[in-house]
Amino acid sequence: MSSKRRRAIWRQVGLQAFLLTVTAFVVFPILWIVSLSLDPRGIDKPLDLTLIPPGASLDAYRKVLIEPFGLLCRNPNDPASCMTFGSLLRNSLLVALGTSVVAVILGSSAAYAFSRFRFIGRQAGMLGFIVLIMLPTTAALAPLYVLLSQIRFGGESLRTTLLGLSLAYASSTMPFAVWNLKGYFDTIPKELEEAARIDGASLTQTFVRIMLPLALPALAVTILFSFMAGWTEFVLAWTFLENPSRFTLAMALRSMQGQYATPWSEFSAMSILMSLPIVLLFFLMQRYVVSGLAAGAVKG
Amino acid sequence: MTMEQTQLKAATARPARATNDLARRIRQSRIAWAYIAPAGLLMLFVTLFPYIYQVGMAFTNYRIQNLRFNIFDPDTWERFAPAWVGLDNFRRILTSQLTVENYDFGRLLLFNVTWTVTNVALHVSLGVVIALALNQKDLIGRKVYRALFILPWAIPGYITALTWKNMYDQRFGAVNHLLRAANGFLGTDLPTNIRWLEQAQPPIGGPLAFLPLAYYALLLTNVWLGWPFMTVVATGALQAIPNDLYEAANMDGANAWQKFWHVTVPLIRPAMVPAIMLGTIWTFNNFAVIYFISEGGPFGRTEILVTQAFKLVYEQRLYGVAAAFGIVIFVILLVFTIANNRITRATEAYDV
Repeated sequence: MSSKRRRAIWRQVGLQAFLLTVTAFVVFPILWIVSLSLDPRGIDKPLDLTLIPPGASLDAYRKVLIEPFGLLCRNPNDPASCMTFGSLLRNSLLVALGTSVVAVILGSSAAYAFSRFRFIGRQAGMLGFIVLIMLPTTAALAPLYVLLSQIRFGGESLRTTLLGLSLAYASSTMPFAVWNLKGYFDTIPKELEEAARIDGASLTQTFVRIMLPLALPALAVTILFSFMAGWTEFVLAWTFLENPSRFTLAMALRSMQGQYATPWSEFSAMSILMSLPIVLLFFLMQRYVVSGLAAGAVKG
Repeated sequence: MTMEQTQLKAATARPARATNDLARRIRQSRIAWAYIAPAGLLMLFVTLFPYIYQVGMAFTNYRIQNLRFNIFDPDTWERFAPAWVGLDNFRRILTSQLTVENYDFGRLLLFNVTWTVTNVALHVSLGVVIALALNQKDLIGRKVYRALFILPWAIPGYITALTWKNMYDQRFGAVNHLLRAANGFLGTDLPTNIRWLEQAQPPIGGPLAFLPLAYYALLLTNVWLGWPFMTVVATGALQAIPNDLYEAANMDGANAWQKFWHVTVPLIRPAMVPAIMLGTIWTFNNFAVIYFISEGGPFGRTEILVTQAFKLVYEQRLYGVAAAFGIVIFVILLVFTIANNRITRATEAYDV
């Protein structure tokens, strides 16, 4: 064996050893929660470190998916009025999709202006959006509550609707969306748009037909992040929503965290069920995530 | 044309062109702001307005009895309006005179900064090193690693936090189980009864005595959570480096270390700086990990500014003080970001 080949093999062994260590670190908590979700004892106290606990079953998943959530009912005495996984899922999807649609449409429009026009107030506007990333959301709960309560929408206050919630989430993801999209638009050469303009396309047409398709990775990242924000947020939802029929998965998961006892198998099963769609989205969009983020930042 | 005529023409032409330029700029500005308007209006109503309201609240002693005060409803003004206290809230926050258990502003700030700096440093160094390893051309199993390594990022943050809290349980948690398993397997004698989140005695004394064991536990969790973002950004930047730069460095006889410092680092820097800035803001305000794992304990020594602000609202019901606290956090971050913006010039025009 040549020394060059031997060196290549040792290099590979070193790389694999390093990456396998990282893998172990990454996977350990995930395996732990999978193990808890399979544990029929429903406690937080397994006495050993086994992936498949004794008497493992999918019972917790069955419970979460089929049985009604006893804590989330319009009428505590009537099980039929309680939320089920399906109805919670529907609400979560509505909020998450609403958030991402609002964020990607409004965000790309604003980012386009910041990237392509030289206008009065541009620097101030850009800085304004960045500054907004820094405002801690937990701090402005009370005034937002008052404000959204004032706006009536279809006979009820906007605060208690899923639309109001989507708008609040979209607003909190907006600064990042605008910033990242603007960075990505900056990397797209101007010549294509100029050619389209010479061919008589209007500004809106150039934006929709030329810019947006070219910025697909960054749009995908925006959709992914805002979907995730809408999918997992529960502080605002918990404070604003009143009618249990509008409650979301994230709220249901939070409600399982009892003050004294948590049903750990069900909590873990629910956590895994809630994480799966996001993880799948990440896998599907992985290629876009790498290019859609990095390019946004590369310009600096 | 005489000299005078030319000068005269130039003198009259200049203001005309300037007006034209201005008119064009204004027209352009109008179009630009029309594109920004939808996002801008949403931000104005849903984000900016509440914060302005918040600024007003910060100068009052807004408490639970003022909750029925509604600025849009004059009927509530007389009975429920909070009293104006000027800068008193800020004075009490900054001089640690709040009647809140374990409250010490200096300690909070020191811990928050330490927490942010150590986390971001670990995120970036680990993130870049792993991105480099994944970027080796002869690496076997790259796709599998890439897919696995995105998991900590993809799993919702508070699920991660609650899982780790469960893992740090003294008697039944996975971490102590792991140490027990290691003792059995390797014949070592590691302690297996560690109170990860509760132990008051700091593991490292001297200047680091202000960091309880819970800090290291939280750090481990947040490193687990945070490095994949940096790896993704670094991967994108690494893939954009043209290979001939490395070939040129090889011809100059550079070793691996020199290539890393003189080719890789300068070229991924522009991508990493904004990512570091974002990571710093996110970590500085990282609510979920602290609140759900250690809840600020033991004795408030792992409390950060945002968890303290949240507790002021939800436990103490001191809305006015909490509003002032939010402003203090914002100002600290703003100073930092402006300094950072000066360096990175992230808002600069892109004309090359």
